[in-house]
Amino acid sequence: MTPRALIRLRARNGRGRAATPLRERLIEIGLLACGALSVLVTAGILLVLAFETFSFFGRVSLAEFFGDTRWTPLFADKHVGIWPLVAGTLLTSAIAIAVALPFGLLAAIYLSELASPRARRILKPTLELLAGVPTIVYGTFALVFVTPLLQRVVPDLAGFNALSPGIVMGFMIMPMISSLAEDALYAVPGSLREASYALGSSKLPTIFRVVLPSATSGIAAAVTLAISRAIGETMVVTIAAGQQPNLTLDPRVPIETMTAYIVSISKGDTPTGTLEYQTIFAVGSMLFLMTFAMNAISHRMARRLRHGAGQA
Amino acid sequence: MRAPGPAQRRRRRTGERLFFLLCLASVLVPLAMLATLIGDVVLDGAGRLSWEFLRGTPSRRASAAGIWPALIGSLTLIGLTALLAVPVGVAAAVYLEEYGRRSRMAGIIEVNIANLAGVPSIIYGLLGLEVFVRLFGMGSTVVAGACTLALLVLPVVIMASREALRTAPDALREGAVALGATRWQAIRQVVLPLALPGILTGAILAVARALGETAPLIVVGAVVFITFTPDLGSQYTALPIQIFNWVSMPQKAFLDNAAAAIVVLLVVLLLLSSTAIFLRNKYQARL
Amino acid sequence: MKILTLVIALAALAAACSKKGGGEEGGATIQIDGSSTVFPVTQAVAEEFQKDRGGRVTVGVSGTGGGFKKLCRGEIAIAGASRPIKESETSQCKSAGVELIELPVAYDGIAVVVHPDSDWVDHMTVEELKKVWSPEAQGSITRWSQVRAGWPDRDLHLFGPGVDSGTYDYFTQAIVGVEHSSRGDFTSSEDDNVLVQGVSTDPAALGFFGYAYYVENQDRLKLVPIDDGVADNGAGPVAPSLESVEKGTYQPLSRPVFIYVSAAALERPEVRSFVDYYLTEGAELAQEVGYIPLPAAAYELARKRVADRRTGSSFRGSEVGVSIEELLKN
Repeated sequence: MTPRALIRLRARNGRGRAATPLRERLIEIGLLACGALSVLVTAGILLVLAFETFSFFGRVSLAEFFGDTRWTPLFADKHVGIWPLVAGTLLTSAIAIAVALPFGLLAAIYLSELASPRARRILKPTLELLAGVPTIVYGTFALVFVTPLLQRVVPDLAGFNALSPGIVMGFMIMPMISSLAEDALYAVPGSLREASYALGSSKLPTIFRVVLPSATSGIAAAVTLAISRAIGETMVVTIAAGQQPNLTLDPRVPIETMTAYIVSISKGDTPTGTLEYQTIFAVGSMLFLMTFAMNAISHRMARRLRHGAGQA
Repeated sequence: MRAPGPAQRRRRRTGERLFFLLCLASVLVPLAMLATLIGDVVLDGAGRLSWEFLRGTPSRRASAAGIWPALIGSLTLIGLTALLAVPVGVAAAVYLEEYGRRSRMAGIIEVNIANLAGVPSIIYGLLGLEVFVRLFGMGSTVVAGACTLALLVLPVVIMASREALRTAPDALREGAVALGATRWQAIRQVVLPLALPGILTGAILAVARALGETAPLIVVGAVVFITFTPDLGSQYTALPIQIFNWVSMPQKAFLDNAAAAIVVLLVVLLLLSSTAIFLRNKYQARL
Repeated sequence: MKILTLVIALAALAAACSKKGGGEEGGATIQIDGSSTVFPVTQAVAEEFQKDRGGRVTVGVSGTGGGFKKLCRGEIAIAGASRPIKESETSQCKSAGVELIELPVAYDGIAVVVHPDSDWVDHMTVEELKKVWSPEAQGSITRWSQVRAGWPDRDLHLFGPGVDSGTYDYFTQAIVGVEHSSRGDFTSSEDDNVLVQGVSTDPAALGFFGYAYYVENQDRLKLVPIDDGVADNGAGPVAPSLESVEKGTYQPLSRPVFIYVSAAALERPEVRSFVDYYLTEGAELAQEVGYIPLPAAAYELARKRVADRRTGSSFRGSEVGVSIEELLKN
């Protein structure tokens, strides 16, 4: 009997229909189509952005966009330098990651390695609730509760600032890191841990030298997702960070992020088709490029890490 | 390796204990913040919660306003979104993990997905407006909104599902094939059931995200005032949109309405999460 | 496999449903969208209209610009606008074959406020406001004593709506003289409630926002009467109130808000009924939600416009100081 016939025979003996090579191929194509959908989406976004962005750059030079340090496209005295918005985004995102990463990783370690199964069953979903609170609630919380609280501790903290939404964002995206990293840690086979203990290692070194490295790809994926989320977050920063484009690294003053700017113009009274309206798309394109560059780098890093740790 | 002496062991134990405390704190501090936030919201909103509020419709008078169209709208939206995003997302993840691990196409798709995860939600709104509302002719309906949200959460589902698929050891795949299963049979009958908990994690995160979105829905045409419950082909509203609208009203009584609506939103989230988590716990087992 | 079949079935179902419902102005539902400033009035009218005359009305808040775009694509029947339509938007509409009828529906007063403890402020003139808010003031006018001689030498903190809002547009036009022209170093927010919060807790504050927000927070704010230096429309400083805005004595900070109806939509009986309802009951309902009704004559003229199907805009830019009746007669 040919191998193909053998497979067909075996398949028929099991449940379900015959597993013909044609059917297999069709399934593969179907799955590929689903994967390729993401490419379509990217293409769609690029198209939507590109049209208006090209029009924008027909009226504004690249030198102005990248050279000016003020962003006042709506004022009578127009400046369209992108850097204040970029600085705002990077500042809030950096603060968010500085909070989410340590909390997320440590929480993941706790849930996976140290918690009792019962504690894990209760705490993990409770943490995931953090991700479910609507972003407008977080934004209002940051503005009305966290900022006044921080104002008592941090000198000269303005009513709108980057610190407060940054911290709240950090807690908001923390479950992303903790849940996904925890899944990765939890899936590391018990045999590896037991082998480590058998060799005389205690819990802590086991975690750091055996479990964490095995879960690197999962953790890296979680962190990448979280960083992307922080950069793209809209409502929290719109409500609590302010609407004053400001080229600064000081987390205590009002700033404006790229996303907040896009939202405020889209919902506002600007007529469509004008230069001011097109700035939405120019800023959107910039945002897209930034996340793209960041992800390409981290993708390369993650791949190297994976190969380095002996996993393919 | 020489066994550690008593002094060394003590030091190690204190170090370990400190680390464990740190880890525990990392779980408790965010929860404390969540508790503060929820407590604050519940205090403000609990007084306003009533059957009339639940079944009411938007109104200019805060005391007469209710959230029924918004509630139904939100539930319909996330139901459709999950139905669209989860199968497609899992399928994409399966392709990336099982079929295309080293192909160039897979690499491009992978970078694409990570990128899409960071695109601000309002850009998805603009995309949805052009493609679903206008190009596909869906109009400003729930389906268009759900498609837009599905695109928004797709990267999350894909990435979480990929990680879930990765946790299934290759040995099991190879074993299945050795027993005569085709690739797809191996995936469907061996790998996917093992990956189910992780996939559910991704689904939970995705639905939670979709439930709280405001900006893209407004762009795609969700309205703020609507007094009838939406069907698939009509206009609609959602809870976050009502909340956002009420928060910016000058009459202070609307703030209580907003708080009550937030409580309802959180309860919905809790119910959904609990169901998914119950399922996840049922299927999860360490190898 | 089962899931896939289910998804395909649902998608087909959805596609079938959507072709029926969505797309154009959608059967008997009156679709309205546009400015978030006009929204409270439109919502009130829609609510009462549905109770009195039945039917279905939906109202969105995509912003004035977004509303015009949808109107010109025939996706909605009525657009609410916090500013008159611009030339570019009118031509966009014309090239799409859509004719619009412009109808002012209410006044929105802009209130200038300070912290309740600022007892040195009894009124302000337009000149003084201009000094504070013009672009040159950025970084230079930072203390109360610089605004008027005799005022205390204290910090001056400014609050105002976001630069993309109609309120900001109108204020800069009316006070500074050029739209979008102002200093940039003020605390701005899209949400007027945030501005209320800011001014009421900062003793050095001076801010402006919609009158409705002052009315709801009178106990936390101090209203500043404005003197525009023109004797005809009420001499001396005038504070915004139902009366002063309606009679036109609170100048220059009263602005009309509009709805624009497409001529095609008016062919539908339910839309005609709604617009008529808006122009008859709108006065009272606008008051309920913190806006100020137009003089009765203005509503009469607006109804006439609808009856005549008179398209075109007579409100160019942010008109300051011209009476509504004058403009409607054109």
